[in-house]
Amino acid sequence: MGKLVALTGNIAVATAMRQINPDVCAAYPITPSTQVMEQFSEYVADGLVDTELIATESEHSAMSACIGAAAAGGRVMTATSSQGLALMWEMLYIAAGMRFPITLACVNRALSAPINIHGDHSDSMGARDSGWIQIYAENAQEAYDNQIQTVRIAEHMDVRLPVMSCMDGFITSHAIDSLELLDDKTVRDFAGEYKATHPLLDVEHPVTYGALDLQDYFMEHKRAQAEAMKNSRKVILDVAREYKKLSGRGFEYFEEYYMDDAEIAIVILSSAAGTVKVVVDAMRAKGEKVGLLRPRVFRPFPYNELSDALSNVKAVAIMDRADSHGAEGGPLFMEFKSALYNNKKQPIMINKIFGLGGRDLMLPDIETVYRELRDIKNTGKIRTVSEYITVRGEEAAYGKA
Amino acid sequence: MAKLKDLIQKEPIMEGGHRMCLGCGAPIIVNLILRTSDAPVVLANATGCLEVASTIFPFTAWRAPWIHSAFENAAATASGIETMYRALRKKGKINKKINFVAFGGDGGTYDIGFQSLSGALERGHRFLYVCYDNGAYMNTGVQRSSSTPFGASTTTSPAGVVIQGKLQKRKDLTKIVVAHNIPYVAQASPHNWLDLTKKAEKAFSVDGPSFINVVSPCPPGWKSEAKDTIGLSKIAVDTCFWPLYEVENGKYTINYKPKEKLPIDAWLKPQGRFRHLFKPENAELLKQIQQDIDKEWEALQRLASL
Repeated sequence: MGKLVALTGNIAVATAMRQINPDVCAAYPITPSTQVMEQFSEYVADGLVDTELIATESEHSAMSACIGAAAAGGRVMTATSSQGLALMWEMLYIAAGMRFPITLACVNRALSAPINIHGDHSDSMGARDSGWIQIYAENAQEAYDNQIQTVRIAEHMDVRLPVMSCMDGFITSHAIDSLELLDDKTVRDFAGEYKATHPLLDVEHPVTYGALDLQDYFMEHKRAQAEAMKNSRKVILDVAREYKKLSGRGFEYFEEYYMDDAEIAIVILSSAAGTVKVVVDAMRAKGEKVGLLRPRVFRPFPYNELSDALSNVKAVAIMDRADSHGAEGGPLFMEFKSALYNNKKQPIMINKIFGLGGRDLMLPDIETVYRELRDIKNTGKIRTVSEYITVRGEEAAYGKA
Repeated sequence: MAKLKDLIQKEPIMEGGHRMCLGCGAPIIVNLILRTSDAPVVLANATGCLEVASTIFPFTAWRAPWIHSAFENAAATASGIETMYRALRKKGKINKKINFVAFGGDGGTYDIGFQSLSGALERGHRFLYVCYDNGAYMNTGVQRSSSTPFGASTTTSPAGVVIQGKLQKRKDLTKIVVAHNIPYVAQASPHNWLDLTKKAEKAFSVDGPSFINVVSPCPPGWKSEAKDTIGLSKIAVDTCFWPLYEVENGKYTINYKPKEKLPIDAWLKPQGRFRHLFKPENAELLKQIQQDIDKEWEALQRLASL
């Protein structure tokens, strides 16, 4: 039904943005997300969209301009990565707290220091408490599909929260992948018309945004925001199902790969899941009951569904492409541990920190994790709860090896 | 040209009942400027006294659409609003003219909002940025900013035994804004309502960014009397600490030349933040302040003669 094309993840996302045709985009260049806005700027220059572009002088101003534009009363989009997301930090919380349905393509990249331009999840994981909905894509196809769905989720009247649509820097953003595009009209109809609520530009009905909010009201407003995040659970499912009808594609909260009878499993986000699938296929061919669970939605964290999906597994490795220094493991690990705490049936859980700064995760690395899980399943013993893998010894830190 | 009679008959956009201090210059400046607008206004406000004291949920002093989101981004926020206006106008979803105004204090304009202001001016958005310059972070308790005058005692540049207040001269933001080559830049004072409203009218009439820097006395920060606010802003102009001038498409015009330039003591003395400068051992500092003002006034006159 759709058109099969070969595009990078960035261009796929820019294409989705073109098809949606937002009113305003404000952005600042940063590797590896730059290409999204470069491509989109070409669409603007060629008149393929009606969008007004604001090429700001920083990501802080990009998100500030998005907030101003959203308050003014229209559909607003942006894209960023890493330090750019970090510079937006203050405004991320404000966008969510002011309930503006801004959508952001986050092309995941490591945060400095040391400086590194390649993919890991430290940027968006750091923003996990900012009040944004977060959706992670495995490949360019999913990045495209997610981008289209974000506007419907963000703008739903039960939600009205900003959405961050994440894909892995370079691995997904820059690699050319084959994917199927929907036609422009289908996307435009799916996205629908933006409905502004209390726009600033309605000068006949003046509103005040961002009033001082002290002890007597602040908590009620934060709870209303928390409720909106809860409401997004159903909206995310509804939108995913509607999109699947349209495209024949897509997942809901997560993807299960050979999980029905899996005894041991890996949980992993985004592009690395593709590599894990290759290992699962090979091990399944040898009769080993291995599986993969790939969360798609991280915020809101679908704790009931995800913990149920793991309840029959004996041992599971949660693999994090980001660390939370000083915690017992990475952000994904902590979420799963707390999600499973009230489950009667719990797998033994370990955590592996991998792929920081774009370090490759190879097939044998994944096999090693599955072998360790097999040992844990057989013996019930854990060697270590959380550790870095695919990492060399101390001497390498001094540049010696 | 606005007539005072007409201006005061307009409903104020910043309504009374707010919690700005007695004698604060900011609300006077805000209402004088907004009353001159020929079209409805949409406002963006940096964090600061004006924001904190004009809203407290569920109350607001604003009769026009107003947004505050953070400290350093009033200009960026206004640029987003103005851009959405253009986007929706292009699509025929909005037709009437709207003026866009951003307000910031000197902290939110000279310091933390400096980059955001510069970026928005360079991008050419049609909006007026108004800085109410009271010369320190008054909202958080009088900390020094890059607008604080040399010698002023603030809570982070206190006059002590070995240090006599702020050791650095203030940043000349108005001239930095001029360097952006925007259509209209001005310095104004609330005591001269006619000059201020004329400048606001010009600012609203240009098709691009405009900037007005307005001296804004702050009784708690200046350690001055509330009743002296208008008087002190007049003396700021008569001493040439705060000359009234405008720059239209690069052309400087001095709007007011005092017949007799007052010595700077006349402005410093009524303000407690400069009290230490009048100790006999600080006579040199006072001399230096006067010399700097004389030099800057001459430089401005040269620019205006070009």
